[in-house]
Amino acid sequence: MEKSVKQIIAKYNTNQTRLMDILIDTQELQGFIGKEAVSDIADALNMSQADIEQTITFYHFLSTEPRGKFAIYLNDSAVAIMYGQRAIKETFEKEVGIKFGQVTNDGLIGLFNTACIGMNDQEPAAIINNRVFTKLTPYRVREIVRYMREGKNMDELINESYGDGKNHLPSLKSMVSSNIRRKGMILSDSYIYGSVTKNILPGISPEAVIAEIKHSNMRGRGGAGFPTGLKWEFCRRAKGDKHYVICNADEGEPGTFKDRVILTEKPELVFEGMALAGYAIGGDEGILYLRYEYRYMKEYLEDVLAVMRKNNVLGENIAGIEGFTFDIRIQFGAGAYVCGEESALLESLEGKRGEPRDKPPFPVEKGYLNQPTIINNVETFATAVRIIENGGEWFTQFGTEDSTGTKILSISGDCMFPGVYEVNWGFNVEDMLDMVGAYNVQAVQVGGPSGTLIGPDEFHRTLGYSDLSTGGSMIIFNKQRDLLRDVVLNFMEFFIDESCGSCSTCRNMPEVMKNKLVRILNGNGVKSDLTDLKAWGKVLLASRCGLGQTAGNPIISSLKNFRPLYEELLQKEKEFDQGFDLEASVQQSCRYVKRIPKFHLHE
Amino acid sequence: MSKPVLATTSLAGCFGCHMSILDIDERILQLIELVEFNKSPVDDIKTFTKPVDIGIIEGGCCNSENVEVLRSFRKNCRILISLGECAIMGGLPALRNGIPIEECLHEAYIGGPTVQLNKSHILPNDDELPMLLDRVYPCHEIVKIDYFLPGCPPRADLIWEALVALITGDPMKLPYEVIKFD
Repeated sequence: MEKSVKQIIAKYNTNQTRLMDILIDTQELQGFIGKEAVSDIADALNMSQADIEQTITFYHFLSTEPRGKFAIYLNDSAVAIMYGQRAIKETFEKEVGIKFGQVTNDGLIGLFNTACIGMNDQEPAAIINNRVFTKLTPYRVREIVRYMREGKNMDELINESYGDGKNHLPSLKSMVSSNIRRKGMILSDSYIYGSVTKNILPGISPEAVIAEIKHSNMRGRGGAGFPTGLKWEFCRRAKGDKHYVICNADEGEPGTFKDRVILTEKPELVFEGMALAGYAIGGDEGILYLRYEYRYMKEYLEDVLAVMRKNNVLGENIAGIEGFTFDIRIQFGAGAYVCGEESALLESLEGKRGEPRDKPPFPVEKGYLNQPTIINNVETFATAVRIIENGGEWFTQFGTEDSTGTKILSISGDCMFPGVYEVNWGFNVEDMLDMVGAYNVQAVQVGGPSGTLIGPDEFHRTLGYSDLSTGGSMIIFNKQRDLLRDVVLNFMEFFIDESCGSCSTCRNMPEVMKNKLVRILNGNGVKSDLTDLKAWGKVLLASRCGLGQTAGNPIISSLKNFRPLYEELLQKEKEFDQGFDLEASVQQSCRYVKRIPKFHLHE
Repeated sequence: MSKPVLATTSLAGCFGCHMSILDIDERILQLIELVEFNKSPVDDIKTFTKPVDIGIIEGGCCNSENVEVLRSFRKNCRILISLGECAIMGGLPALRNGIPIEECLHEAYIGGPTVQLNKSHILPNDDELPMLLDRVYPCHEIVKIDYFLPGCPPRADLIWEALVALITGDPMKLPYEVIKFD
């Protein structure tokens, strides 16, 4: 590892577009990015200090202040709280003797909240110095804090309590469990990696690869569902000096963790899919954009890439195909949900704040470094390999007509067997609840907070792009849960925290909507509040990206499907009352300018 | 049937939304065929002279006069529309929310680096002046608002489509390109 900021800058060739890597490495080297480091980086990269600072302050895991020798990031998502996060939080505060958001005076321990870390099936969970600690209990918290004070190292803190699957490997040594409960074509062990690259690619043209993907009718697995073959074709046709393949592994939607499992158990399949895409679009460089929460996989994934290079599944003249060169590097985010939006991801990859771009142009034309770029989800690349192996026609036998193939679901919340399930599209919610052992179900959040909250009268609906579309997150709530307080409010706070702030609709409206929800929860709501909320959901549609457009969904969707929960809290007799008092609101300014308030209505 | 009556006003706004109304270009001729203007900066009628069907509000409320005008709009208009960022969410003027009003006044009239002529440190307090509110309020926190048209400013096409739909009763045609923030 580099020993100084100067070495770090040199490692990335003093390249402005690698600012994110430079900042992350500096943060890890020093525990924060102080004034001196900012100034060194700004000078070396020929950027202003404000440029460096605006990037640092955009990302949750980067900091201009020290975060402690042990920086503890405790997940505060809705499901974590359902699984007892509050007791964990209190125990941390009591044992360490500080509040969340603070660092101990001796600089040993810092406590911080963080949004969903992709461990919904094993909450409460925290990230400590890039290692994940799952299924925390108050006892375990006391032990961890004691170990820290005794000077034990990170491995000793983990206590050899490794998770299932590959998590025990020396390059991972992770407590995380994969919890695979149902396998399909992606999670299956039947595929030997490299076989498509070595046995099929030498005999098939890039155009034929795209034709086969188009024939399969596969749509992107990230959530938006854009036809994958079409995206690849657009990109192949776009003119540019270089074409790029980006794998979106930002997986920030609360309740989603399937990409973490795919990358842990089947990383070769994903990387092979990226190389396949490179072959199809005529690109030789791939980047895996991995969320910082999964930093613990860095060494493991780099080992996998090294082995793949050795086996000539990556590298030069792959599988003996003259001129087919493709390699992959891993670049990390630093804690920003919005970077899952593809154009924000590109900005982040280029070392900037993750603010979505104005579209068009779309990334297939002007993407990474303004060159034609495809950005696909982890699962999409893995699926593409199986399609080329078996043919597009074979693929269409799985799923439904408009949603072909399988979908890997991340299922969590009130059920006996939370984890990852690979099912055919067309699966219905009722069957899903049986499969995971969920009883007394009040509601299911389909597709994460930006998706839909449905109740029992909609459990007959099926998963697919024409009905219940999902990127994979399914969160189950039983009848004991207070949906508005424990779920909707938490989700709204999440969107408020994660707005990039670019469009005023998304910067302000979720806050305004949340305030109205709190008013209603406090018993001060009136009938017009509900019509306002519904209208404001539409105002959000003016936002630039999907995050902003869906940031009101927790309220809009619960208002649509659980309206009685709102209505029973309203003051029945009032149509309109926002509690505004003109006389009271001018007192402060009149007092200061020494003036007696006078009211003369001109009507 | 007589033409629907329209009124507009700009409260704590920059008149940008009104500029955007004018940006409907030659369609303004169609608009005066469709509606009759009452109180509005467009025709310079200062007070309501008859009941109004549609009131368009630009800007939020930062002072007592804004509140009075807004309330008179609610009283005289059948339908009220919050037009643009400031009316809907306070907008730029709401940047002062979170800073105590005393501090704002001190910075503006006494302590600010550009304050040079006010040597005797006078704070404006004439009875003729509107009184400042403790913070800037979006319109819906003062009166009931029926429709919200976002944008900074909302595109002319958005204003046009919304008005025509409201007047004719036809469904609104608002593709993403028209409502899109930037």
